[in-house]
Amino acid sequence: MKASVAGYARAQSLGHAFDLLQSAQGEAVVIAGGQSLVASLNLRLSEEALLVDIRHLPELRGVVLHEGVLRLGALTRHAELAQAPLVAEHAPLLTQAAPLIAHAAIRSRGTLGGSLANADPAAELPACMIALAAEILVRSAGNERRIPADAFFEGLFTTALEEGEIIVAVDIPLKAAGDRHVIRELTRRSGDYAIVGLAGVKSVDGVRLAYFGVSDKPVLAAGAMTILNSGGSIEDAVSALQDDLDPESDPHASAEYRRHLAAVLLRRVLADMTNS
Amino acid sequence: MSIRFDNPDRPNSYIGRTVPRPNARRLVEGRGRYVDDIVLPRMLHAVFLRSPYAHARIQSINTEAARAAHGVRGVFTGADLAEHCTPWVAVLAHLKGLKSAPQHPIAVDRATWTGEAVAAVVADTRAQAEEAAALIEVDYEPLQPVTDMRTALDPETPVLHPDLGDNLTFQREHVSGDPAEVMRTAPVIVESRFKTGRHTGVCVEPRSILADYNRSEKQLTVYHSTQAPHMMQVVFAEHLGLPEGAVRVICGDVGGSFGIKVHVYPDEVATATISKILGRPVKFIADRLESFATDIHARDHEIDARMALDEDGRILALDIEDLTGIGPYSVYPRTSAIEGNQVVNLCGGPYDFANYRARTTVVLQNKSPTCQYRAVGHPIAAAVTEGMVDLAAEKLGLDPIEIRRRNLIADDAYPYTSPANMRFEGLSHHKSLNKLVEMMDYPALRAEQAALRENGVYRGIGIASFIELTNPSPFMYGIGGARISAQDGCTVRMDPDGSVVAMSGVTEQGQGTEAMLAQVTAEAVGVPVQRVRVITGDTQTTPYGGGTWASRGAGIGGEAALQAGRALRENILAVAGAMLQCAPETLDIVEGNIVDLGTDTERMPLSELGRVVYFRGDTLPKGLPRELVVTRHYITSDYPFAFTNGIQASYVEVDPETGFVKLLKHWCVEDCGRVINPQLVDEQIRGGIVQGIGGALYEESLYDTEGQLLNANMADYLVPMASEMPDMIIGHVETPTRESELGAKGAGEAGTAGAPAAVMNAINDAIRPLGGRVTSMPMTPERILRSIHHLPE
Repeated sequence: MKASVAGYARAQSLGHAFDLLQSAQGEAVVIAGGQSLVASLNLRLSEEALLVDIRHLPELRGVVLHEGVLRLGALTRHAELAQAPLVAEHAPLLTQAAPLIAHAAIRSRGTLGGSLANADPAAELPACMIALAAEILVRSAGNERRIPADAFFEGLFTTALEEGEIIVAVDIPLKAAGDRHVIRELTRRSGDYAIVGLAGVKSVDGVRLAYFGVSDKPVLAAGAMTILNSGGSIEDAVSALQDDLDPESDPHASAEYRRHLAAVLLRRVLADMTNS
Repeated sequence: MSIRFDNPDRPNSYIGRTVPRPNARRLVEGRGRYVDDIVLPRMLHAVFLRSPYAHARIQSINTEAARAAHGVRGVFTGADLAEHCTPWVAVLAHLKGLKSAPQHPIAVDRATWTGEAVAAVVADTRAQAEEAAALIEVDYEPLQPVTDMRTALDPETPVLHPDLGDNLTFQREHVSGDPAEVMRTAPVIVESRFKTGRHTGVCVEPRSILADYNRSEKQLTVYHSTQAPHMMQVVFAEHLGLPEGAVRVICGDVGGSFGIKVHVYPDEVATATISKILGRPVKFIADRLESFATDIHARDHEIDARMALDEDGRILALDIEDLTGIGPYSVYPRTSAIEGNQVVNLCGGPYDFANYRARTTVVLQNKSPTCQYRAVGHPIAAAVTEGMVDLAAEKLGLDPIEIRRRNLIADDAYPYTSPANMRFEGLSHHKSLNKLVEMMDYPALRAEQAALRENGVYRGIGIASFIELTNPSPFMYGIGGARISAQDGCTVRMDPDGSVVAMSGVTEQGQGTEAMLAQVTAEAVGVPVQRVRVITGDTQTTPYGGGTWASRGAGIGGEAALQAGRALRENILAVAGAMLQCAPETLDIVEGNIVDLGTDTERMPLSELGRVVYFRGDTLPKGLPRELVVTRHYITSDYPFAFTNGIQASYVEVDPETGFVKLLKHWCVEDCGRVINPQLVDEQIRGGIVQGIGGALYEESLYDTEGQLLNANMADYLVPMASEMPDMIIGHVETPTRESELGAKGAGEAGTAGAPAAVMNAINDAIRPLGGRVTSMPMTPERILRSIHHLPE
């Protein structure tokens, strides 16, 4: 199928981007790397929108340390995440996660902000943000706000972003010495969306476990975390997953199989944290 | 003169050598010409509106808004096209009892699968045609779909085509010996059910056609991504009411076909029909979504098998009950009964036993039509046969290699007729087995497997022998009444500069046919391979032929090229003899030069001979034949098919916690007779293995109970990808066929034939200690995990 779009405009500045979004009166969609959006346009799953291209805005780029957090510009590409020394030092979870995202060509174009705004429940980066307790910085023509990652993802391809808002960056707490970052996923083929994935961060505050591929959004395994953070056993935590997760069946895997794999991943991620 | 192909020092020794493909550079540089690259003046684009229902009556179609849409040049329903194109019924006389219903290029009053075309729009651009197609209003009355092949013949199930009486389209039972009695008395019986998943071919280049009817010449020219240009010429002529000579099918570069592109597709015939109606070129390129829904599917089989053996593990009898669902129509013109028929023909194929019963039952259903896809029926027959052999080995406590040694047809037993009445001219099962055991260092691998198992690592080794049907004679389709050529021809021409052009009826699909033809021609004539240009895929310029199917290109097309090249060589030498005043028998052609036979002393270059023949023919003796264009045809006649054989092995590791399978290594020893280009053959085998692994582990076209296709995209339909593929080690045994001088048999399907069986046996070898066994393909991690009871039912 051929994509059907109402138009394309390249934003010259963030302000220009807001103007374009406003002028389209809700009939606009922001495009950056386009790695999910263009595919959906070509399937005519989304159409008749104005594409507002923010790829060329320097204020959305950059990987820097900023006021005690790691700040990643929204246009940070997955390939940059994989290679940036600051990311490797302060948020190695993302260094591990980046190579798991799709294929090399997609990693060269796809962006962090795009992945978060798209909110695919089986994608790696949204779950990582939750595991890392990151904050997502969003801006609109007249406002800027910070949204905690676990409040950002609301459902299938749905986020807390409001009309006219654009993700500009994410702030990630710095990894402390002794913290452990581990991500594991189970995919049929290298580069596929995960059947089940788990991003885990262990710090002095305890362990944070964010699953992806098991719900309509990435989810914290709250019950398992509570057990583990109060000194409970791994097998008790595994049992708690029964209530934490409510996966559905689809052509790739049944709900029972996903539950089973979630338990396998929990044991493996916790073992990795101990062994690493 | 017979060429001694086994002597690598012979002159012009191209046959048996890895020679670079003449078209590789062009394709890599992006200078190929696929159908979608062709743009003609006044060309329109066709788009098809497709049924969202698996089964529905079309009450009415309102095309008014679509006709008024921007850029639209025509909107056509099934009824519109029925006035210009006759329907077809895909049956063959030799498949007794096969029945099917008339099929139109666009559904006339009933849609019978999700994706069947119900209307066409042609517009100046594809986007405009899509916009307009969305404006067509179809009033459907949904009907109960037939989806489960197990209940397709039940009295409560609706009959898809009332005129046929029932949903049984074909049934064949073959019995030899007394299998019932042997099953009753044999000391060892094993039985199992197998399932192979419905899947499709997924060509990189989707189905593509550009039809151009020129009213001034009354000629239809069709640029077509197809395997069989001459077959398509016949089809277009017959159903559009044109003389065959008024239809020209041109097949340029093709981005893979695998059997997908050897069939008649309603939307492609519709495109040609619309071009004839409008008198304008019309292009249709299937997108990926419609490829999944409308390319032929295959392999949708459930098989119950029983095998009887004596105490020593010798096979006494095999009983096969096969059931397959083929969609709503038998596919034209090769029919959808062939696959089930092949299962009957091929089960037990590598083994020496006498008592055999096999029955295939072929039923209709509301899913995409199925038909011949790479290695038709072979992967099913091999999976069932090899699965049963391993099951028997397990029961008898025999090693899988040992039980095969005891049962494979002996290498000196040929000619041999199998219990399925297949005739084998010469196979090499034992030589191939021995070579495989050596290549993979079987004892060492078994030792490694055992050692790792102590550490909780579950690895498995799977072995699968197979036979492959190649070089088909008219017994495949021609005797059934289909105008499909089993013969093929080659015209070889020498031009004034001594260069050679070879025009062949076999076709290039990306597999290297043109490289093979260039090598054979170069050696036969005696010129450097770089001086040979090959032309294929044009019904108006090449000799009449069958094209690419059933692994026939090298065996049939190659032999025609060899004979034509040799005949040209004789003609050249006759002229050379006259020019050099010596007997032609004392001369030879080596690397483009006339030389003295035996000493290779150069006498003159072919360009000098060409100059004289073409421009100074007056200097040659009057009456001297000077025919530098020669055509030869070849058809097999001693055997209906040239069977090949081989054996594969797979080494896998299964994660017992997740059911995931890691493919560690794969081996294949195969015997396609004369190997013309070792690299091309090896890559054919490897590509075939990958496609076989696809069916074994990944690929399945999933339907729900309403007949909706659930995974018509590349994210949800899993094709095998490079990262997951194992290293593949390929070896050869060469048993040339004595039917031809070239001695080549086919190699294109061997990899696909045996790979699923080898992988299945390897997985089962790995999980046997856990009490697991999987016989349903694709063998997904979830199915594997369920079989070892690590997942609640």
